[in-house]
Amino acid sequence: MTGPGATRDDGPVLLELAAAAVLDGVDLTVAAGEVVGLVGESGCGKSSLGRAAVGLEPLAAGSARFLGEPVTTIGRGARPGRLRRLQMVFQDPYSSLNPRRTVGDLVADGVTLGGGSRAEGRTRAAALLERVGLPASATAAYPHEFSGGQRQRIAIARTLAADPLCIVADEPISALDASAQATVANLLSGLVRDGGIGLLLISHDLSVVRQVADRVAVMYLGRVVEVGTTEQVWSRPQHPYTQALVAAIPRPDGGGVLPADLPGDVPDPADPPSGCRFHPRCPIAEDRCRTTDPRPEPVAGREVACLVRAAPSARADA
Amino acid sequence: MEPLLRVEDLRVDLPTRRGLRPAVDGLSFDVAEGEIVGIAGESGSGKTMTAMTLLGLLPHGARTSGSARFDGRELLSLPRRQLRDLRGRQIAMVSQDPSTALHPILPVGTQVTEHMRHHLGLSKSAARAEAVDLLATVRIPDPERALGAYPGQFSGGMRQRIAIAVALAARPRLLLADEPTTALDVTVQAGILRLLDRLRRERGLAVLVITHDLGVMSAVADRVAVMYAGRLAESGPRAEVLARPRHPYTRGLLDALPHPEAADDPARVALRPIPGSPPSLGEVPAGCPFHPRCAFAVPACATDRPEPLPVTAGHLLACPPDPLHRTGAAPADEEAPA
Repeated sequence: MTGPGATRDDGPVLLELAAAAVLDGVDLTVAAGEVVGLVGESGCGKSSLGRAAVGLEPLAAGSARFLGEPVTTIGRGARPGRLRRLQMVFQDPYSSLNPRRTVGDLVADGVTLGGGSRAEGRTRAAALLERVGLPASATAAYPHEFSGGQRQRIAIARTLAADPLCIVADEPISALDASAQATVANLLSGLVRDGGIGLLLISHDLSVVRQVADRVAVMYLGRVVEVGTTEQVWSRPQHPYTQALVAAIPRPDGGGVLPADLPGDVPDPADPPSGCRFHPRCPIAEDRCRTTDPRPEPVAGREVACLVRAAPSARADA
Repeated sequence: MEPLLRVEDLRVDLPTRRGLRPAVDGLSFDVAEGEIVGIAGESGSGKTMTAMTLLGLLPHGARTSGSARFDGRELLSLPRRQLRDLRGRQIAMVSQDPSTALHPILPVGTQVTEHMRHHLGLSKSAARAEAVDLLATVRIPDPERALGAYPGQFSGGMRQRIAIAVALAARPRLLLADEPTTALDVTVQAGILRLLDRLRRERGLAVLVITHDLGVMSAVADRVAVMYAGRLAESGPRAEVLARPRHPYTRGLLDALPHPEAADDPARVALRPIPGSPPSLGEVPAGCPFHPRCAFAVPACATDRPEPLPVTAGHLLACPPDPLHRTGAAPADEEAPA
């Protein structure tokens, strides 16, 4: 286990992402019993990376491996059996559940697709719904009878039916109310801690990721700019983008402090800036940042892709 | 002098299959010029319906009572035509989803200037000049060029800023912002919040921010009202309500959030959700609507409806026994349960 900022060595590596162009030298790994947060703002490529990790989209470059085997992009054919234990939870529990089928049938799919009988599916569905905190009687109901938070729990039960080793969850709680968010976040981290599942949690919300992730990778415009333990990234961020991200989160403490602004907009990912992709918005950018694309370097115990942080300039030309 | 907007004992009944049911029930608050007031609550708490009432955009068959006075005029009984003049001109709205607020096949310039020309009677060239200013105010790069562009050519954050520019075009005095930053990234959100704060300081704009995000509330609102099931749970100055919440619901909402302040605690605490979910329209429990989910509920909470009563100056609390502070400061006067 050589992932940057790795702190857990108690589980085997389940998922490895070495997406050359995207991650640029950073190997992002997810081990059993570990939650890795992938954080970034719209258009940074985190969802594409998540979808590529489970084979829903091809990676532009690099590779995704599950249990050491490459994740092949799914075409029109069936998903290969060896990928069955790599599963995904989607953002919107309103569109990810078929409204015309009962919750029991939806959850049982995971069992029957894995070769189980229908009867088996029905019994396991009831047990799985109870595991996510819903009554077994929910099997007979339809998705519309549930709130957003409950639906997301149904979607998670459906994922669990495939007996996953690794789950990629793309914004699993951002469509939910605060209280429902807490319930689903607790459920996911419980599954990881108790079930030894690996979880890649993709979210734009660093404050939520912080609460459940062991390690956090921060993405900006298609690149991972910082990877470290949650504690490092949240409390002592090093990359100027991570610092801006943390400073922009408003604190619900009644303090009346306006969050810090990050001027400018995310550039077009199809036409990224030269050099460091963050340099046009970066408060500490130097001349060299315009031309040199930074490689991730160890800074303060984690990997940071920033020329200035990796080797502070002696001259005061910033 | 009366504040710009004064809502008193507002009740909004919406038609359901089982007859009229209250979506907003006994809500009172003020918004003064240059002030940002926040209404917080989960989905279904009646916060959006409150904004719709102020705009006269309630569904057919809805009934209102109480009072909502804007600049001394009673909005609830204002003739349709006068309300229409007020809407857009004096009271404007920004909603959560900028892609539905903007017309996809009209250039941005047309959408910003049409309010200026219609409401302010500006000439085409004057409106254009003002539109450029306004787009610059909301920090759209290259405003001249942006006028000729279409909404689809901008990012979500820029579209929301354009939607705010459209809302501000007729120089309204009150802006209703319904989850204005919920769909946005935090760095973009920070820009919008700073913009709202600047507009209230520079233009004296009054803002009613409706959001479930207590962080957003804490950043910009001067005063906060927390709603639950159409009723006011607690309201008061931002620091009072968010730093020293008295209503168990407010406290529950805050506890359910990841706490940035606890960042130095290496052992992360699990988030504490409020058990259960809010009641749907027409199924509001008797007594205190929050009592089935409340950890502090006593038997009287199931029968006696708590009215908002002052606990300190400007701090209203609809939780008569004040269970969280029973041993603390003197509780508000309340009638003993029968």
